Amino acid sequence: MKGIIVAAAALSLLVAPAFAEQSVKIGFVTTLSGPAGVIGKHMKDASTLALEMLGGKIGGLPATIVYGDDQFKPDVGRQISEEMLQRDKVDFMTGFIWSNVLLASYQPIIRSGVILIGANAGPHELAGAMCAPNYFSASWQNDQTPEAMGKFMNDRKMNDVYLIAPDYAAGRDMVNGFKRYFKGKVAAEVYTKPGQSDYQVEISQIRQAAPKALFIFLPGGMGIQFVKQYAQSGLRDQIPLYSAFTVDETTLPAIGDAAAGNYEVSFWSPDLDNPRNQQFVAAFRAKYHYMPSYYAAQSFDAINMIDAAVKAVKGNLADKQGMIAAIDKADFPSVRGAFKYGPNHFPIENFYLLKIVKDADGEYVRKIQSTIFADHADAYASECKMK
Amino acid sequence: MTAVLEQLLNGAQFGVMLFLMAAGLTLIFGIMNLINLAHGSLYMAGAYVAAATFAASGSFLLALLAALAAAVALGAAIEIVVFRTLYDREHLDQVLATFGLILFFNELVRMIWGATALYMQVPAFLAGHVELLSGSPYPTYRLAVIGAGLAVALLLHLLIARTRIGMLIRAGASNRAMVDALGVNVTMLYTLVFALGAALAAFAGAMAGPIFTVESGMGESVLILAFVVIVIGGIGSLRGAFVAALLVGIVDAMGRAFLRPLLASFMSHATADNAGPALASMLIYILMAAILLIRPQGLFPPRGR
Repeated sequence: MKGIIVAAAALSLLVAPAFAEQSVKIGFVTTLSGPAGVIGKHMKDASTLALEMLGGKIGGLPATIVYGDDQFKPDVGRQISEEMLQRDKVDFMTGFIWSNVLLASYQPIIRSGVILIGANAGPHELAGAMCAPNYFSASWQNDQTPEAMGKFMNDRKMNDVYLIAPDYAAGRDMVNGFKRYFKGKVAAEVYTKPGQSDYQVEISQIRQAAPKALFIFLPGGMGIQFVKQYAQSGLRDQIPLYSAFTVDETTLPAIGDAAAGNYEVSFWSPDLDNPRNQQFVAAFRAKYHYMPSYYAAQSFDAINMIDAAVKAVKGNLADKQGMIAAIDKADFPSVRGAFKYGPNHFPIENFYLLKIVKDADGEYVRKIQSTIFADHADAYASECKMK
Repeated sequence: MTAVLEQLLNGAQFGVMLFLMAAGLTLIFGIMNLINLAHGSLYMAGAYVAAATFAASGSFLLALLAALAAAVALGAAIEIVVFRTLYDREHLDQVLATFGLILFFNELVRMIWGATALYMQVPAFLAGHVELLSGSPYPTYRLAVIGAGLAVALLLHLLIARTRIGMLIRAGASNRAMVDALGVNVTMLYTLVFALGAALAAFAGAMAGPIFTVESGMGESVLILAFVVIVIGGIGSLRGAFVAALLVGIVDAMGRAFLRPLLASFMSHATADNAGPALASMLIYILMAAILLIRPQGLFPPRGR
């Protein structure tokens, strides 16, 4: 009897690795602590919801998501990415809020052959010279969104605009994108410390410069602090504030009145009218009792892209080429509606003008006003030589 | 001209907050010869207790009092439990032990309040702005911070220069062995100084709440600057800490405001955009290095050592 048990145990050891192959593991890198922790919460909640709505399965295989906190630090992001690749042996990598964290983590992931789906950051390097077959963006290229704001402000014949962005990879991309479509005079470009929380010095400078308008890119806690302090300074009624990735569902609960009536731009909004999006927003609100942001929408799409890829190869995770070809078709129900992939694996999609208004419940939300760009591709695709 | 004046105010506001931090640090270092890296944790505790109390009660004054009370209790408890065993140890041991305290408190705050940051509103009675110079409104809250900081500095000066406890503190800073030999209860004195330092740090934290984000680890960035301040000012000197804190605050504000335009006046805009922010964040440390080169003991080294 004892012998049989030992034999069975030994056999089960042999069988175990085969079983392990039949599951999907996804590494998810985001920021879960500090002022940007709320962004990570949106992304974690949305990806958890996506997996739950798929019945806990990716492409029909049992699946788990491993979360890692990059603390908004490139070195930490790279370290946890390498841990996920080597220790957790993940089949896919996704997440990444910050361009500098993604750039630092990019090479080890790409070299490992694991498919990487950026669920937020879209630095221009990765859309151009550093593009790779096993990298896709589920969001946008950094320049695209501020390009839409640049076009909007240019169409309104605005002039003398003051620009503020954090001094890191995405900050430079945002300013470049804005200037690509804004042809009026730029009063100044100011780069602040990433993670800065007191903007009084910069606000005093704005008052002295007395520009006609202000365009800022200050995501997460930085935006909360800036917009509140800007309202406190009394400048808000004199110099209108326009922003990208700053006043959104992650920051509005803390900003509130200080951003009422402001304009933003995005490829997505909770009120975007398509059945998949309404299903996502309703499920998200029912489960978490708050409004999802684009960070949540992108993460939700990223998990569903992975699901479509694994389905296309019928669970054969070794067939990387097959999965890459499947993702490239963008043939999955996206919350942004139908879209296509460009040759550099970045989406070609619409960008909308949004306004901050109060909804029926008295909460501040972002509402779509108009379409600024339809099927807008990024500016770097021609630099990408896909090997 | 108003540009410079306004940035001077910004610098002074940051400076008095640094002073509140540095005052406790320099007293503790000067009198007890103890390097307390966990001073930033007391600042963080003050900010969290104030933010939580303010959110719950809606009273800013109550929030300030709660922060002070919590920090005094916490400070005294840490002194009795941890630091009493550290006074006779080497500085390296103190650094290791207090660094451990930082990790402990950062994690504790995460367990109690969560990993995401808290945002503290500016109290309603200080929410507006005042027209100081014509056409240049300045946020009332920031003026209140400057006022409160200066008032605390004055009170602290009176306490140290005019009272019996202050005399003992000064004596302790000059010659501990002699004070002990004269029959003063040095153990009590140490706990008292430590609680005072904790209260100052918590006051700074509570005032910083509406300006900065209240988050785990918020004390460390301020702590580094506070160390710069006490090194520039002369370790153990309150007057030095005050002057150095204002100096550091103003140099930081001026650097952030005027360095980039200054560079742009003689080099290309793109280079200035790159070099400006980088150089501005280094400016305080360059200042420290320059001052130490001329006066290795700091600006106002305490006498008698």
